[in-house]
Amino acid sequence: MAESSDDSGLLPRIPVGEWVDTAFDWVTENFEPVLDAISTASGAGVDGLTDALLLPPAILLAALLALLGGVLRSVRFGIASLVGLLLLISMEMWEPAMQTLALILVATVIAVAIGIPVGIAAAKSSRVSAVVRPVLDFMQTMPALVYLIPAVTFFGIGVVSGVVMTIIFALPPGVRLTELGIRQVDGELVEAGHAFGSPPGKILRGVQLPLALPTIMAGVNQVIMLALSMAVIAGFVGAGGLGGLVVTSLSRLDLGLGVEAGLAVVILAIYLDRLTSAFGQQRRGFPSFLSRGGTVTTTAAASSRSVDAPVTGATDQNARPEPAR
Amino acid sequence: MPAVHAEGLFKVFGRRPADAVRRLQDGASVADVRESGATPAVIDAGFSVEPGEIFVVMGLSGSGKSTLLRMLNGLLETTAGTVRVGDAELTALDAPALRRLRQERMSMVFQHFALFPHRSVLDNAAYALEVRGVDRATRRAKAREALALVGLDQWADQKPGQLSGGMKQRVGLARALAADTDLLLMDEAFSALDPLIRREMQDQLLELQASLGKTIVFITHDLNEAMRLGDRIAIMRDGRIVQIGTPDQILETPADDYVRQFLADVDRGRVFTAGHVMVPAPALVAPTAAPAQVLQTMRDTRAGSVLVGDGDGRVVGVATEDVVRTAVAAGASSLAGLPLLPAVDVRATTPLNDLLAAAAQDEVPVTVVDDDGRLAGVVPRGAVLAALGGVPRPAAQPPVALAEAEAVPPADETALITSGGIRG
Repeated sequence: MAESSDDSGLLPRIPVGEWVDTAFDWVTENFEPVLDAISTASGAGVDGLTDALLLPPAILLAALLALLGGVLRSVRFGIASLVGLLLLISMEMWEPAMQTLALILVATVIAVAIGIPVGIAAAKSSRVSAVVRPVLDFMQTMPALVYLIPAVTFFGIGVVSGVVMTIIFALPPGVRLTELGIRQVDGELVEAGHAFGSPPGKILRGVQLPLALPTIMAGVNQVIMLALSMAVIAGFVGAGGLGGLVVTSLSRLDLGLGVEAGLAVVILAIYLDRLTSAFGQQRRGFPSFLSRGGTVTTTAAASSRSVDAPVTGATDQNARPEPAR
Repeated sequence: MPAVHAEGLFKVFGRRPADAVRRLQDGASVADVRESGATPAVIDAGFSVEPGEIFVVMGLSGSGKSTLLRMLNGLLETTAGTVRVGDAELTALDAPALRRLRQERMSMVFQHFALFPHRSVLDNAAYALEVRGVDRATRRAKAREALALVGLDQWADQKPGQLSGGMKQRVGLARALAADTDLLLMDEAFSALDPLIRREMQDQLLELQASLGKTIVFITHDLNEAMRLGDRIAIMRDGRIVQIGTPDQILETPADDYVRQFLADVDRGRVFTAGHVMVPAPALVAPTAAPAQVLQTMRDTRAGSVLVGDGDGRVVGVATEDVVRTAVAAGASSLAGLPLLPAVDVRATTPLNDLLAAAAQDEVPVTVVDDDGRLAGVVPRGAVLAALGGVPRPAAQPPVALAEAEAVPPADETALITSGGIRG
């Protein structure tokens, strides 16, 4: 113990925190128009989408979502979705749930739009990969609540801060799994493309991306799940929706409200997870709808599990709402 | 002009490759160069491939043969040296020109097939044409033709995953053939297949080659495959080409002990042909010859039989000593009407393996005939055994070209040679 106090005497204190403060002030001052534009655009996006989701009668939209699930995955899943979504309505959680859904959809679209190109770049160049990887590690492991501060600094209290934090938090699996998926494509296939004189861009679009698609879709699925978990934490910066209700129940120690909001998150999570994992594997028609989970669906589900496994392990620490697998 | 010409090719991986090339050119050993952190994969390779030729590059894994192939189409950049494909100097081209050259002049078949699992068999076969920008209808028609060539046209709409290994490689071959390029690069194309399927594919390739006449550079680690397919073979060891030659040149005069070791496993009976071991044909005995005189000649020369022929140099049958003796005893005036044995005819291109059964039986010599059925030579049994056993041929028996057989030597001498063939 004596030694360590000696050490602290020898080593100067490095004011990392102060530097960061200065940097943030500088960014805020110099990039105000940019920040404003981001703020306006994403705010409008979330609000507009929320309004659109709340426009039709709740029961009609729930039925449509359940139908989508039934078509894309299986009849059983469609029915279970309908029951879950109706429960949302009866718990009077529909409106906050749709706010949260709008937030994660906007955040996911932006995260995927950034994540996939970065993932492709990282797969093509080991140098890019070496730069990107620690940044992703930083984004994923930094305690989620720490994001709240800069987000609020830049964008103030409200839904925009929620969207930005959610994007930062949900981005990494999109990048990682895109990179993994493209790197996993058999090198001989890429070589075959080159050998027949195909330009690199065409090889990417015609060979690498189609073959990496299941892995990329697993990444998108993970992005959505992480976005959902972050959307709840975004309640702390006034992003509203289910997260807002969770924060309210916490401050009031209202167990009933907390459980209702939590249950709504779980229903939303399971629905989105199953729906998006079905997207990844069943692009050739709708076999599950006809075969009710016949052999095709079973093997697809099995392979999706093996692809998901390492990712699940890596993200467990992030307290994401874990859908039953 | 050669279809492919490579000169002074080097490929060195690792640190300071150009420096390593300079040292290797100055005679430094590979071990020395390795010590400084460079890994030479191909060292000073040079060869020419003539149009229509199957040129096989043979070597064990790590000998640099696949690296060499990839420098021929620019998938790997050469560290030093030049590659010319036809009139184009490939090593001097920029990326777009190189892509164009690959699209128009060369195609490749891969060891593990490299079929695109998400495309149908037909679309796989049409890939090269698609890259070249050929419109959909034309390229599908051409791909269908190529699939028909390899016998897979009825599988066009399946996905590659539904095919067996041999069929997959046929699709790989069809993809290369549909491109209709003069040059075909085949990288261990049959190595991943079962032995039986491999044989089948080799036969099919030779058959296709006979009608298409492509220039093929074929990589393999299997010397038997090399001998079977190659018009010429380059043998590689540790990045260097140690010998280039036709299969029988390599079998007869291996460049060094390394090559000789390989040859121990070669099925010589498939490489050597009747033309390789045959000796000049004896003069044919006319059917009108007197049996007594023929018998005397046979005794003088200790021949067991004579070939009876028509005036055109075609063998009509074989008269054995017993038959002639019986004819003499019966007082026949000519050989005509005697029970002659049918001749055993083979072509000069017949592999020794296929004439073993004929050579094994005692009475009738194996005769080699040309396209018109004229006698070109006979195959002495001793020569077959010598060729199979790897015994060098004595200088006194040079290989006989078909043209030489025209000059038919006098009867007495040739009877002697025949006897050597039959009894020896």
